[in-house]
Amino acid sequence: MTKYLGRLAIALLSLIAPAAHAEWALNMPKGITAVSRSVYGLHMLAFWICVWIGVFVFGWMIYSIVAFRHSKGAVADAKLVHNTKAEIIWTTIPVIILIGLAVPATKTLIETDDASNSQLTIRVTGYQWKWGYEYVGTGVSLLSTLDEKSNAARQLGSGIDPFTVEHYLLNVDHPLIVPAGTKVRLLITAQDVIHSWWLPVLAIKKDAIPGFVNEAWFTIDAGTVGTYRGQCAELCGRDHGFMPIVVEVKSKDDFDTWIKTQQAANAAAAAAAAPPAAAPAAAPAKAG
Amino acid sequence: MAYSDHTAAHGDHEHRPSGIWRWLSTTNHKDIGTLYLVFSCVMFFVGGLMAMLIRMELLKPGLQFFDPSLFNSLTTVHALAMIFGAVMPAWVGLANWMIPMQIGAPDMALPRMNNFSFWILPFAFMLLLSTFFIPGGAPAGGWTLYPPLVLQGGNSLPLAIFAIHLMGASSIMGAINVIVTIMNMRAPGMTLLRMPLFVWTWLITAYLLIAVMPVLAGAVTMLLTDHFFGTSFFSASGGGDPVMFQHIFWFFGHPEVYILILPAFGVVSEIIPTFSRKPLFGYSAMVYATASIAFLSFIVWAHHMFTVGMPLAAELFFMLSTMLIAIPTGVKVFNWCATMWRGSLSFEPPMLFALSFLFLFTIGGFSGLMLAMAPADFQYQDTYFVVAHFHYVLVPGSIFAIMGGVYYWLPKWTGHMYNMTLAKWHFWLSTIFVNVLFFPQHFLGLAGMPRRIPDYATQFADWNRVSSLGGFAFGLSQVLFPIIIIQCVRGGEKATNQVWESAHGLEWELPSPAPYHSWQDAPTLATIEHGAEHGNTM
Repeated sequence: MTKYLGRLAIALLSLIAPAAHAEWALNMPKGITAVSRSVYGLHMLAFWICVWIGVFVFGWMIYSIVAFRHSKGAVADAKLVHNTKAEIIWTTIPVIILIGLAVPATKTLIETDDASNSQLTIRVTGYQWKWGYEYVGTGVSLLSTLDEKSNAARQLGSGIDPFTVEHYLLNVDHPLIVPAGTKVRLLITAQDVIHSWWLPVLAIKKDAIPGFVNEAWFTIDAGTVGTYRGQCAELCGRDHGFMPIVVEVKSKDDFDTWIKTQQAANAAAAAAAAPPAAAPAAAPAKAG
Repeated sequence: MAYSDHTAAHGDHEHRPSGIWRWLSTTNHKDIGTLYLVFSCVMFFVGGLMAMLIRMELLKPGLQFFDPSLFNSLTTVHALAMIFGAVMPAWVGLANWMIPMQIGAPDMALPRMNNFSFWILPFAFMLLLSTFFIPGGAPAGGWTLYPPLVLQGGNSLPLAIFAIHLMGASSIMGAINVIVTIMNMRAPGMTLLRMPLFVWTWLITAYLLIAVMPVLAGAVTMLLTDHFFGTSFFSASGGGDPVMFQHIFWFFGHPEVYILILPAFGVVSEIIPTFSRKPLFGYSAMVYATASIAFLSFIVWAHHMFTVGMPLAAELFFMLSTMLIAIPTGVKVFNWCATMWRGSLSFEPPMLFALSFLFLFTIGGFSGLMLAMAPADFQYQDTYFVVAHFHYVLVPGSIFAIMGGVYYWLPKWTGHMYNMTLAKWHFWLSTIFVNVLFFPQHFLGLAGMPRRIPDYATQFADWNRVSSLGGFAFGLSQVLFPIIIIQCVRGGEKATNQVWESAHGLEWELPSPAPYHSWQDAPTLATIEHGAEHGNTM
């Protein structure tokens, strides 16, 4: 009996006490591109404007609730039903605040829209439930699926504690590798249903739609290296929650080396797969 | 007051069948209002049960209870049940009860259609809920029904679509009835700009319903023909356009969210003046603000689709038009604040719920303003930030206003006062836990948690645990609501005609409980003016 009570107590405590992996994150990341920082700035600007409007409006409400209590003998001023001056003021001030928000929002929006002069194009394809990446013009492509450990732990009744899995649900077998300091254009589409490619540190979320090709772009700050994680953001069926997006940022040189290694590996694989008879036939053509 | 003796005499001549047949065959606006409200309460608990199951699965990372498909079905049907089953029927129920009483009419204009529009609903929901028990399960593509995903739905698809058609037909009939009643059955002297705000907001809501429910019906019919009759409206491989569905859906969907909230503005505009002992500030500004919000609702739909890949000009247009909504909404909030200013406030349960509405709906408005900005929306779209936003405007927004309205008019309906202490408990528990439930979801969304996922990365565990525990407490405290209502129906302190010390309007000129037929003789001009003198100044 005491054993069960003890277990129950531990279970309840584990609910109340912060877990070892406690994060209590409150805000979005600033990100690793100029665009993501201006999106973050816009978000914080809007947030603080809301806070100040809130201080004013909630202050007004709370003051009324405290000061004009019937129980404290407050007498209503029944004539106060209209005040043109006040009404003009509280229509005009919001207009000014909105213009103050609309201007930076418009600027950032225009900035996100210009994908011209990109140095690298990657085709992103959403599948149920994985991502395909193709480095256009290099012959390199890869499929990116949830890693084995997460996949085992996420099964119903797996008995594996998600806290023991590193980057639970946010890890893949083959991450997308991108270079820093390079303008990269993404061409985003889908094979079956609508998905959405979202990487918070880039402030990019773009729907992947079958039959459509959407465009997005980013230039990661030169000097940034590291691994960044996101998820599919559009309900795409049963395993929508299990098709993460992992992007590994390399320096430009490391990225070039990586692409060359991949191309060499592809060539080796193609050669190995080709029938032996084809090899001599191809040789004279090359020589000629 | 000259009215009451006269009605009492009429009261003896009520010819109505007894037992179940009374409810099946009724054409009385009060009976039908009651049916709508009871149905809405049942669906609130059905939808609420699904919410509890969703929060149970999300209490901890890892899949504990449900297969992901079932989880998706729960979120999908939770939304449909709450929107079409709980909130909309509650508003129609309140409209049925209150509009004839408030405009001096004996009943709704089209009583038989009124009966029909209600009795469609239980069948619609039986169809929808039965899909949980068929092979393949309930619809799991989200309540927004986006193709191509929704077309993978199997057997539940035609049942859900037929259910949505029935709900739409019911809503359209309800809306026609409201418009015809308000336009034709007002007592002489009840001019448009003397109407109570609840009647005004419902009139505008009814026009929105008539405008957009057929659009939804068209969209889901196209899904049906795409699935069964080989058309390609939304299939790119057949020359169609999956994004077109989203445009059509949200052309319905955005006005739909105002259908859910505009009557709430009306109820709050009735409650705050009563308990501030002061007329509503800026009555005509309130009417015009409601009309502007309704108009704007038709030109902002694509802000639900900022990430879909629209051209820059379209993104700009929908961003700026959406931001404009803040202006009339701000006017409303400021007018409610000004109504309380230099008033004489008391805090009975209806006022408590109205104040909670005022605070928390404003928070939902703030996140709405943030979501309006397209570049920031790229980060918020389809995350828990959006989930927090629309639950703030729908739960402490629409649903608290419905509860405030019920607590406001319940003594008029039953003739008894309810248990004030218990109702205050209901208020405090609801207000505290609705914030514990939904506020952390803002943080989850900003930290990167997408919506509609049954399992999540471990860094989201803390706030999800808080949110789930808040959710269980919120759900449990709602049990008080039907208990208080049933107690009040059964008995209690006798309510006066005016019920609340400073309540003004035609419904308070009737006896409590209100007679079966409201105003068989139209109220006199003096009565209307007495009712209106504290309502508005036009």
